Amino acid sequence: MYVAVKGGERAIDNAHEWLAEERRGNPAVPELTIPQIREQMKLAVNRVMAEGSLYDPDLAALAIKQARGDLIEAVFLIRAYRTTLPRLASSRPVDTGAMAVDRRISATFKDLPGGQVLGPTFDYTHRLLDFTLMAEGATPDQGSPSPLKGQGRCEDETRAPHVTGFLNQDGLIEEATPSDTMPPDLTREPMELPASRALRLQALTRGDEGFVLSMAYSTQRGYGRTHAFVGELRIGTVAVEVDIPELGFAVEVGEVELTECETVNQFKGSRTEPPQFTRGYGLVFGQSERKAIAMSLVDRALRWQELGEDFTGAPAQDEEFVLMHCDNIQATGFLEHIKLPHYVDFQAELELVRKLRAEAGAMQEAAE
Amino acid sequence: MTEHLAAGAYNFAYLDEQTKRMIRRAILKGIAVPGYQVPFASREMPMPYGWGTGGVQVTAACLVPEDRLKVIDQGADDTTNAVSIRRFFQRTAGVAVTEATGQATVIQTRHRIPESALKQGQILVYQVPIPEPLRFLEPRETETRKMHELEEYGLMHVKLYEDIARHGQIATSYAYPVRVEGRYVMDPSPIPKFDNPKLSGNPAIQLFGAGREQRIYALPPWTQAVSLDFDDHPFETSKAPHDCDLCGAKDSYLDEVITDDQGGRMFVCSDTDYCAGRRARGMKGRLWAPEPEGAA
Repeated sequence: MYVAVKGGERAIDNAHEWLAEERRGNPAVPELTIPQIREQMKLAVNRVMAEGSLYDPDLAALAIKQARGDLIEAVFLIRAYRTTLPRLASSRPVDTGAMAVDRRISATFKDLPGGQVLGPTFDYTHRLLDFTLMAEGATPDQGSPSPLKGQGRCEDETRAPHVTGFLNQDGLIEEATPSDTMPPDLTREPMELPASRALRLQALTRGDEGFVLSMAYSTQRGYGRTHAFVGELRIGTVAVEVDIPELGFAVEVGEVELTECETVNQFKGSRTEPPQFTRGYGLVFGQSERKAIAMSLVDRALRWQELGEDFTGAPAQDEEFVLMHCDNIQATGFLEHIKLPHYVDFQAELELVRKLRAEAGAMQEAAE
Repeated sequence: MTEHLAAGAYNFAYLDEQTKRMIRRAILKGIAVPGYQVPFASREMPMPYGWGTGGVQVTAACLVPEDRLKVIDQGADDTTNAVSIRRFFQRTAGVAVTEATGQATVIQTRHRIPESALKQGQILVYQVPIPEPLRFLEPRETETRKMHELEEYGLMHVKLYEDIARHGQIATSYAYPVRVEGRYVMDPSPIPKFDNPKLSGNPAIQLFGAGREQRIYALPPWTQAVSLDFDDHPFETSKAPHDCDLCGAKDSYLDEVITDDQGGRMFVCSDTDYCAGRRARGMKGRLWAPEPEGAA
C-alpha cells in the first residue's frame, strides 16, 4: 500500500517556526537590537545597503537580523521591500567634491590640496585577534572620542578637490564631460545591451561585492589589464538635494555616506590622440572601499571599445558576461532553485537514458 | 516573510497598478506576436528568482477578484512551492483557489500542462527559467536576439541533427523547442516533451513569464506550435511505459517513486488532480488502497 506524500502546508509552517527559533538562538543570550547591529556591524549594514540599492541603515540592520547574518539574504529582503516603495522624486546629482570626508587618500601623489586623511581604516592594523573584545561583560574602553573624528571633514569644495582634476588641468587625463542626460534605471526598465556607461555603473554598484572583486582581480592578473592607480579614494557624507518645483530651488533632504574611487589608468594613445591617462570610476553607498576600488577597475576594463583597445576575450571586458552575472539576488535565486522539485524533467531524462542504453545494448548484442 | 502582510498593506495581488499595467502591456504584445520574447521590467518579488517570480508577476497582472486560482508544481497541487505560491495569492489577492483543473480560471504551473483538456477562457501561466531556446547553443543575448530577428534557426537544427548522429534520436526530453505559427522558435519551459502536443491549438491562453531573465511571451488560443523534428525522425512523445499504480491511467505522465532499497518502485500520475479525479470515479491502479481511517 502506498499513500502519496502530502502535507506541504504543514511542513512549510513547521519550517518557518523552526527557522524563527534558530534565528533567536539560545534565549539565555540577550537578543541583538537593531541599533547594536547598525552601530557595531556597520560594514555589513553598508554592504546590504549598497547591494540592496536602498540607503536606510535601520532597515539594513533589521534585514541582517532577520536573515541571521546571511548578507545576501538580507540584501534580498531589502530589494523586495525597495521595489514596493513609491518614487517621490529624483535628487540632484550628489557633489562628491563637496564631501565631508572621513577618509581621503591618493596613491598617486604624496601630498595634495586637502591632504591625505587616513580615517578609520583596517589598512595598517595587525590582524591579531583582540581577545579583549571577547572579555564578557567588560565595558569597552570608551575613552574620549577620537580627536581626529570630523577633523578631516571639510565643507568647502576647494579644500579637497578631486585628484583627477589636477591631471585634467594639464590635459594628462581624458576629459570627463559632465552630462545632464537622465541616467537609465535597470530596476525600472529591462536591461538592454549594449549598455551605456551609466547603466553599467548602476549594475556594478549594486552588484555582488565578491563577483566585482574577482573580476577586478582578474584584470590585475592580466585578463584585460588596465594598469590602474588609485588616483583617489574618499569616504564621507554628501548632502542629497531635491528640487522642489513649488519653491523653485533645491532643498537638502538628508545626507548619505558614500565611498568614491577614481583610478588613473594607462593609455597608449592612438594615431589621432597623444598618450593620455584614462579613468575608471567607482561609487558605492557607505564605507565600502573594497567594492569601490573593484568597481572602478571593472568599469575601466569594460570601456575597451570606447577607448579603441582590443577585446582580448577577458571576462572583465565582456559587458554581457559581467552585467548579466553580477547580481547576487538573481544568481543565488537561479542557483538555489535547482533544489526545488524537478521530478518531471528528471523522469523525462531517466526514460531517455534508459531507452538510449537499451538501444546501445541491443546493438552491441547484434554485433557480437 | 509573508506573515506580517496586513490587510491593505499591499495592493490587490501585491503589485501596484502601474507595474501591473506595464506587465499587461508586455502580455498584450506577447499575444500579438506569438512566441516572441517581450522584454519587461521584472520586479523583485518577495520570493527568490527561480521560484517562479515571472509566473507570479504574470498571474498577479491577470488576476481579478472573481478569479479561481489553481497552482501546480510538477503537476501537483501539494508540492511545497505550489502551496507557497497559492498562499501568497490567497493572502495578497484573497481570490478563491481550487485544485480542480476544470474549475480554475487561472492556472499557474511549473513544468507540466494539466492532463485534462483546458477550455476557452482559462489562462495557463508557465514559470520559465531560461526563455531563450537558443541559449545553450549561443550564450549571448545580443546574438540570440539577432538570430530570432533573422529567423536564423539553422544552429538549432544542427544541434538536433547531431543528437541523431550520436544517439540515433533527438536527445531532448524536456523543454523541447517548438516553432510558433511558422515564425518564432520558442522554449515551452521545462515541461516534458510528453506535454508538447497540448501546446498547439489549445483553446486556453498560454502565458510564459521569466522573472530573472525579464521576458514574457505567449501563445494565444488556437495557436499552432510545432515541435521541431525531421521528416525521417518525426517528433514523438515519451513517458514511463507503465500505468498509474494508483488510478490505473494509461495515458498520463508518470512520476517514478522509489519504494524500497531492493529496486522496488511504483509509477503514479504527476497530475494529482487528474489522478484523484479518476480514483473518485472508482478507477483503481495496481497498488491503490484507500487511506486507512485515522491515518495521519
